[in-house]
Amino acid sequence: MKNLKMKKEFKVIADLLKNNTRVLDVGCGDGSLMNLLNRDKNIEVRGLELNQDNVQQCINKGLPVIQGNAETELHQFPNQSFDYVILSQTLQAFYEPEKVLKELLRIGKSVVISIPNFGYWKVRTKLLFFGEMPVTKTLPNTWYNTPNLHMCTIKDLFNFCDEKNMNIKKAIGVNEDKTSLIKRSNLEIKNLFSKLGIFLIG
Amino acid sequence: MPSLAGLFFWMSAKLENIKRLDVSEPLKLDCGKTISNFPLAYETYGALNDNKDNAILVFHALTGDQFVTGINPITNKEGWWVTAVGPGKAIDTNKYFVICANVIGGCMGSLGPRNINPDTNKPYGLEFPVITIKDMVRAQQSLLDHFGIKKLLCATGGSMGGMQLLQFCATFPDKTFSAIPIACSSSHSAQNIALNELARQAIMADPVWDNGKYALKNVQPKNGLAVARMVGHISYLSEKGMQEKFGRKLQEKADYEFSFNADFQVESYLRHQGYAFVERFDANSILYITRAMDYFDLSKQFKGGLVEAFKNQKTKFLIISFSSDWLYTTKDNKDIVIALNASGADVSYSEIITDKGHDSFLLNEPEFLKTLKGFINTMYEKFKNEKRI
Repeated sequence: MKNLKMKKEFKVIADLLKNNTRVLDVGCGDGSLMNLLNRDKNIEVRGLELNQDNVQQCINKGLPVIQGNAETELHQFPNQSFDYVILSQTLQAFYEPEKVLKELLRIGKSVVISIPNFGYWKVRTKLLFFGEMPVTKTLPNTWYNTPNLHMCTIKDLFNFCDEKNMNIKKAIGVNEDKTSLIKRSNLEIKNLFSKLGIFLIG
Repeated sequence: MPSLAGLFFWMSAKLENIKRLDVSEPLKLDCGKTISNFPLAYETYGALNDNKDNAILVFHALTGDQFVTGINPITNKEGWWVTAVGPGKAIDTNKYFVICANVIGGCMGSLGPRNINPDTNKPYGLEFPVITIKDMVRAQQSLLDHFGIKKLLCATGGSMGGMQLLQFCATFPDKTFSAIPIACSSSHSAQNIALNELARQAIMADPVWDNGKYALKNVQPKNGLAVARMVGHISYLSEKGMQEKFGRKLQEKADYEFSFNADFQVESYLRHQGYAFVERFDANSILYITRAMDYFDLSKQFKGGLVEAFKNQKTKFLIISFSSDWLYTTKDNKDIVIALNASGADVSYSEIITDKGHDSFLLNEPEFLKTLKGFINTMYEKFKNEKRI
């Protein structure tokens, strides 16, 4: 799933962050985003990654990375020790996304979360007209081998943050190269036409 | 095979020719005693460049020595880390200058219990002061001054070598640009101490040991020392690794002998390892070095624990553990990572998946060696850049 991630997503995330800050990238993959943030924004980056190949690639790029599982090992990071914690397209893969999100908010002053939007119209039509679990570019796995346990829509995450009193500082919908701000007033339409949602919370 | 007395004579004759630094500065040990004008044996590989920014200090483990790679001139066997260190290897001696010193308390030329006590003109034996990991590390610091190295590119070591490295970073926070502690722990667990005690008791139960005075008679408590080594070897392998390597295979025989000879291959292996070891290692050195390991507890040295030990670290760390290591487990290593994280240090961590147990760091483990190489090479680039700025 990580390989197919839109480059655009990284640019949007990078634009959300202030220069010269400290960032933890949870599920940092091969370190592409960390590299970008470090190079272009002089951000001090740290990564957490489960896959050994990815860990090695980060190390080869000189990026500090800790091999570990975000579901069980976030406790090692002290309270408010990062300006931002990034979670790119993995919230839906956790057993307990709510618990993980709370941990992220404990560690970071702000949290950036991106999710593949299950409310995107192509995803909806796949299920509605074909009666099959949707397989798309952003959701490339089939029902039996998907790591995604808790698929959600942009609207779901928006409402969830409201319910849990998590302050959404900014929410952005991404479709290919286009980005747009998501607000309560345009939530329905953005939920239909965005492939990806990116939230800055905290 | 030469007699043991002859062997020791031959070894000490050879030991005359190894590199040795005479440390004149008195060193006050943790036990309260002071040593001065003591020998520190070392070896180097590769060449120190003009900028003196390509030096890597290697700390050896319990039964290691300064002969990291190539052929050990004393034993005529390959160096203990020949898999990782050498021309073109993970720690590339074409590029880097590798230094390794024999720890004090050891028996490869540095001051140890086999040396002559100037007060009595006899070998120290148990008169030798009890040393700690911190003492070992502080003794080696003088090597950096000797070579005029202000800051190392990297320091590394596995097992007890990793413990020395953690101590080195805590004691000298700005002496190395990067550090790779491998398969180690920030304090010895009850199980670690118990295994070391087993090794020590085996030596002390050998009547030849004679309260540590065996050197006076030019003998070595080889039965006890061999058992001590066997204990070690069991702890260096994983249950699965041992089962795969030996299983219930018999040693060059079709069936049980109904005796207490080495029927099983695993018995034969342990006996071989045990008795090969007595030819190159001093029994009292094992007592002293295992004691130093048992006393090691980095958090005890700093009020506020391990996080405090790593406070203000500028060193870039890479911690590596092996999944099947039950001597210094992934958890032991992760505790170090957690403390480094909590202190805000720059830390990477990788767990190598392998069945080969604690020994993995000495073996040809491709994932491990690739990680080591990648980290050191990028650190070298960063170090050069930092110096330029």
